[in-house]
Formats: sequence, C-alpha cells, structure tokens
Amino acid sequence: MARVFLASTLRRFTGGVEEVEVEATTVRALISDLDQRFPGLGKHLRSGLAIAIDGEIMANALYETVPEDAEVHFLPPMGGG
Amino acid sequence: MTTTIAPPTTTEANPGYKWVGTRPVRHDGLDKVTGRARFGADLTLPGMLIGAVLRSPHAHARILSIDTSPAKAIDGVKAVVTGADFPMLESEAGEGGEGEVDFRDLCHNIMARDKVLYEGHALAAVAATSRRAALAALAAIKVDYEVLPHVIDVEDAMMPDAPVLHEDMITAGMDPAPETPSNVAARYLHERGDAEQAFAGADVIVEREFTTKPVHQGYIEPHAVVADVAEDGRAMVWCSSQGHFMVRTYTAKLLGWEPSRIKVIPAEIGGGFGGKTTVYIEPVATLLSQKAGRPVKVVMTRDEVFRATGPTSGSKIRFKVGARRDGTIVAASGWLAYQAGAFKGSPVELGVMCMLAPYNVPNFHLEGFDVVNNMPKVAAYRAPGAPMAAFASETVLDEVARALDMDPLEFRMANAAEEGVKAVYGPRFRRIGYRETVEAIRDHPHYSEPLGSNQGRGVASGFWFNFGSVSSATVHINEDGGASVMTGSPDIGGSRASMALMAAEELGIDVYRITPIVADTESIGFTDMTGGSRVTHATGMAVIEACRTVVADLRARAAKIWDVDVDDVEWVEGRAQHVEGNHPPLTTEDLAETSARTGGPITASASLNARGAGVAFSTQVCDVEVDPETGAVEILRYTTAQDAGRAIHPSYVEGQMQGGVAQGIGWALNEEYLFDRQGVMENPGFLDYRIPVASDLPMIDTVIVEVPNPGHPYGVRGVGEVGIVPPMAAVANAIHDATGLRLEELPMSPVRVLAAISANGG
Repeated sequence: MARVFLASTLRRFTGGVEEVEVEATTVRALISDLDQRFPGLGKHLRSGLAIAIDGEIMANALYETVPEDAEVHFLPPMGGG
Repeated sequence: MTTTIAPPTTTEANPGYKWVGTRPVRHDGLDKVTGRARFGADLTLPGMLIGAVLRSPHAHARILSIDTSPAKAIDGVKAVVTGADFPMLESEAGEGGEGEVDFRDLCHNIMARDKVLYEGHALAAVAATSRRAALAALAAIKVDYEVLPHVIDVEDAMMPDAPVLHEDMITAGMDPAPETPSNVAARYLHERGDAEQAFAGADVIVEREFTTKPVHQGYIEPHAVVADVAEDGRAMVWCSSQGHFMVRTYTAKLLGWEPSRIKVIPAEIGGGFGGKTTVYIEPVATLLSQKAGRPVKVVMTRDEVFRATGPTSGSKIRFKVGARRDGTIVAASGWLAYQAGAFKGSPVELGVMCMLAPYNVPNFHLEGFDVVNNMPKVAAYRAPGAPMAAFASETVLDEVARALDMDPLEFRMANAAEEGVKAVYGPRFRRIGYRETVEAIRDHPHYSEPLGSNQGRGVASGFWFNFGSVSSATVHINEDGGASVMTGSPDIGGSRASMALMAAEELGIDVYRITPIVADTESIGFTDMTGGSRVTHATGMAVIEACRTVVADLRARAAKIWDVDVDDVEWVEGRAQHVEGNHPPLTTEDLAETSARTGGPITASASLNARGAGVAFSTQVCDVEVDPETGAVEILRYTTAQDAGRAIHPSYVEGQMQGGVAQGIGWALNEEYLFDRQGVMENPGFLDYRIPVASDLPMIDTVIVEVPNPGHPYGVRGVGEVGIVPPMAAVANAIHDATGLRLEELPMSPVRVLAAISANGG
C-alpha cells in the first residue's frame, strides 16, 4: 500500500485528512482512488501538480509506476530560472 | 584566482573517467570572444522592417481609446498592431519559468487590452522602414487613458482599500473562499506538527521582519527577435531565449496558430537567469511581419527591459525560530508576501518550500501570499523565490546561533537535513550533500582567517530543488570518425561543453572531435527550457542514451565485419575490440569509413522525460568591511561551497557558482527598483540600477563538493541556481559581525547602513 501525504492546500478536499493509504501500481490509478474517496481532488491533482515518489520529484508522471509501500507527495507545479 | 579544493579535476583523480571532470575550452568560446557568435539582434534580412512598441506611461489606467490611424499615415510605416489584433484567450495553464503560465494573463501582458497595469505595459506596436519612422509612428498614436490609483508595495496591495487590478481575482487557497476580489491571488500553507506549542518549549526565540525590493535579472543582452512570415503563412522566428520550443509554443498559442507553422531558430544568448523563460516581443514581431509581408526585427532598449520584462518579486517576510539550549531547532513560523507584478504567479510558494529545506525542523507553520501589484509581471530569476526567503531564515538562524553562543556552522550542522529526513516541502530526502557543504566552509582556510577592525564574517546556506523534464538529443558519427551532438537546449552556461564531454566519455573519442550543436525547432525533438538547473542532468541523460545506442550500433557493425557474435565485441576507448583478441581493433574512423557497407550512416536519437534530478545545497562565507562614516560595505573575501553531484566541466560549475554569488551580492548591496509617486520606475538603466562589476568584487573562491546524485549516470546535480540563495543573508550576517547591527531591508546600501549606524548612536 502506498502512503499518500496530502499538503495543507489539498486538505480542503479531504476534510483535513493528511495521510491515506492507497492500493495502486500507477499514479493514474492512485489519483483515481483518491478522487473516489475525496471527490474533486482528482481533477486538482491532474492539473499540473508535480509528484514525489519515494523522494524523487517528477512532472508529467501520470503513467509512472508506484512501488509497493511507496511514499507519495503531491507538490505544486515547479519551475526554475 | 579561483581555489578549487574539491573535486579532483584531473582524469587521474577521477577514476573511471577520461573526459568527465576535465576542463577543455568551450567549443563556442572562440566565436564568443572574437564577436563571431550571432546573438538575437545580429540577424539582418533583405527588406527587413524595424519594429517598436508603444508602452504605457501610467502605472494603472483604463484604455478608453486607441487611434492608430495617424501612425499608419506616416511614410515608411508598414504595419500597426494593438491588443485587438490578437486573439482573446481564456484562462489556461501552461508550463512556464516559475512553474505555470496562464495564457490569458500572458496575452494581456504582451499587449494590453482594456487596462494598462504597469508603467511600460505594451499597448501597440508598429513596423516601419526605419527606426526613426517607427518611433515617429509610436508618437503619433493617440491613446485616451482614465488614470486609476495604483499600488506597488506588497502590504499596501493587500489592504482592503487597495486599488484592485483584476475585478475577478478571488484569493485561491482560502476556505471559505472570499466573496470579494482583492490583489491577493493565492494563499499557500505548509505546516507540520504544532509550531505554537513547540515554541513554548524553546529556550531561545528570535523573530524578525524583512523587506526586499524587486530586482532584475540584469542579463546584458536585451530581448531581440527577427520574425519572417512567408506568403504561405509559415513563420521563421530568430531570437535569443532560454527555450526556443517555449517561444514556438507560446507564440503559436498567443496568435492562435498551430505550433508547426513556426520555426524558431535559437540565437546565442547573452544571459537569461530565468528572465528569458517567457515571451514579450516574439508574438508581436511575428504578427507585424504577417501584416507587413516583410521580416520584422524588434530589439528592446535597456529602458524597455527594465520597465517591461520580469524582475523578481519584492517581499515582506516575518520569520520566527525557536531552539533549545542544546542547539536543536524545535519550531519555526513564517509569513511571506511576494509581489507578483501585474498578473498572478509570484514564486512565493517556492520560497516557502525552500526556506527551511536545509534543516530538520519538526514543527513549522509557513504561510505565503501571492500578491499582484502595478509593476511588470515577475519572471523567474535563479532559484525563484528562494533568495528572499533565505535572507530572512538564514539571518534569524544566525541570530539564534549567537544567542546560544554556538558557532553558526556548528549550529547548522546540528540541525542539518540528511538522507531520510522529511523535507519541509514534504518528501524524504534521498542522498544529499548539505552537511558536506557546511563542512567544506568550516574547514576552508577562509573561515579561520583573522579579521580587522570594522570587518565582519557571515555565513549562510541555501537550497534549490533542481529539475528534470523533457529533452532530446541526436548523435551523428561523421565520416571522419568525429561526432555531431545536437540538442534542443540553448547554451547559457557552457552546456555545449558539458554535452561534448559526456559524449566523449561515452563514445571514447576526443572531446574536440565532437561538435555540440543547439538545433532549431525543426531539427530536434521537443526540449524543455534551459532553466531549473536541468540541462546537464536531463539533456545530458538524452545525450548519454543516444551515445549508448550509437556504441551498440558500432559494436554490431564490427561484429558484422568480423563475422562474430555482437556479444564478442566490446567498446573500449573509441575502439571495437574482439574479446579474445582474434581481430585487430576497429576505430570509430574505421567503422565510419565503412558505414555505407555495414548499414548506412551511424546515428541515434534519444528523447526522454528525465527523472532523478538531485537537489542542491550551497553554504557560503563572506567577509566585509563597513565604513562607519559612509555606510559603504566592501566585500573583502567570499567563498562558496556547493554540491554539484559530479562536476562534468569544473570550470563551468565554478562559473555558475561565482555568477550566482555575484548576482546575490548585487541584490544584497545595490540593486532595487525605485518607483516615483506615480508608480514610474526611476532607475531603468545600468547607470542608476547598479549591478556589481568586476571591480566591486573580490575573486569568489569556489569549493565544489561532490556527493553523487544516484539519479544520473555520472551523478550530476544541477548547479545553475542555488548559488544565488545564500549571499544576501551571508552579507547581512557579516555586516552584523562587523557592526553589531541587524539589517532587515535590502538592499543594504550605504544610505541604509549609515542610517542603521546613526540610529544605533554611531
């Protein structure tokens, strides 16, 4: 089960829940699961947010694999100079 | 001269590498020092017109009418455009320099429609046969304005009675959402644990309030473009930018065109630092060219660069830290408000996420506000958002260390984030080198050098994420055995050299037999911008992957020639060798020469979305001397240590480290946007907006720390941005060490330093 940590700005979708466990092998499946539990969250997560899986930050990660027992964080869209 | 203590930079000291870690002269170096390199303004085409842009004299005004007919009547004027000539776009997010760009905002930024939102905001443009005619045409355009109240200061812009820039702006991130519009575009909150409760258990608490001003990236080359739209509607755009694919995408979007109608050719670039990660004049020149049926060149003046292109945000920050007597940080809280300029999108959330990232802090509450105001829309600037946040956090941490009577570096090491620690922004760190950068400064001779009277020493650390994203590369083996390496990454900081070095390492051929090329949008696969410290990591991975495919092909061809299994062929230092030595080796030249008979030209491409970018840390020490009579601060000595993962070309790593520090010192001591009471910028030129020059700075010593990034084949971490994060705090802490005064406002100019000395009875 992946452990998904939800930043403060996402908790308006979750009623304050900070951490959930999700059975998913891809980011897409993980987001679908979260959207079923917290309606509206999925659209927000797909709208350009970056994701960190076990500490590795990546963008455009919808089809990435989520390892068993991974730690998953959603992050704001990020760029640099 | 630069003192590079680490890493070892000879091949002997880099076991396993022949080319990586060496210092060849950059392939584009000769052209750049002789003036042969061609930059944005250097292209001239037959029949080319000169474009110019009409800009608002008001900081905030409603456009009641624009009459361009007098301009069109001027001899030599061939085209005039206003906002009405561009499609009106709906709000839609795209990728941009600081994370996201809203194309509706971008289309209003390149050409105002109903309102001008800052002095310098474009509202019309002309193309004429001469610059004189173009300027006469601009002067002839009649604009009726209804001047509106304006607001510049970030806290003023947040007040309930502030002039509102956008009537539809409702603050995001508030629950419940506000019912009335304001200039606060968004609120961001990052928190962990219970900061308020933890502060109650602290032995030392320090809280301060900081102010920083907008500063410009200060690239020497102004924005410049030549656009040529042909009769069939296809456009060629020649410009300098940090991403020619970005220019294609944005220009097409803003004109309502298909991207494939536009070919963008990357000119050499004379500096960007994040400021060239968006478009300003490129869509305008393209539309003028289409209307005129002739090529159009637009080159910004320095005045226009300051008044109409992104500086980075000014800010107001309140920051508080609590620590136990043993030096352990127990809690932190911060309130940050950043100016976004005329449209939403300041880097405040990145500042929030970076400001405590070097440390393991169990309880924190950090709140950020993105605030629009009547100045140019901010653009990315090296580690966007992080430097002003670090100015606050690293100053307060210095004060906490002193209150605890601890060495400031030992205090930082006592709280240093390490592998496995949950970063302030959420995820657990993988292998990182923060502690090593602190140790490098602690152990450097600079840190123990005696100081004289009125002199002081300060340290500070900084963090930046670094990114991966999409890149493409193509490698051709030429018929003489040399190679061409094409990428889509504009070369801003020496990336041609690093691409060539990685290709030389993989192919086993001399680096000077490799020609690194920055290819146009029709010659290479899509490549994201040169920004986010991503190119050596991400584009480098594409080069490595393409080279490995080429090597596999070379081995297969040798196997074909020898009539053996390919597994019996290995590639060693640019030669195919039979594992049992049954055949004389075949060099790259041999295999290139016979390529027509073994399958045709030898070439391979790779495109990827690079994962595994490694985060960056820098720790720096600064010595200053403060003149108590004038308030002038002289930088006596400066040393910066940075984790580069693996320095592919150490000289260009050092160059990035030194460049970041130089810009940070300018930010600390001199640079700021000055506005008059009407919101007009008072210092839009390098005479009055003073960036540091060589005579202002000592040689900046560099210590390259190498803690390899496990996400890159050679261990590369991005190096372009983090160097600018610590300098403001390092300088401020040094001034405190010299004077006993804590300066909380940037820049720490002689006037402000002298005022602080006077207020302290000096």
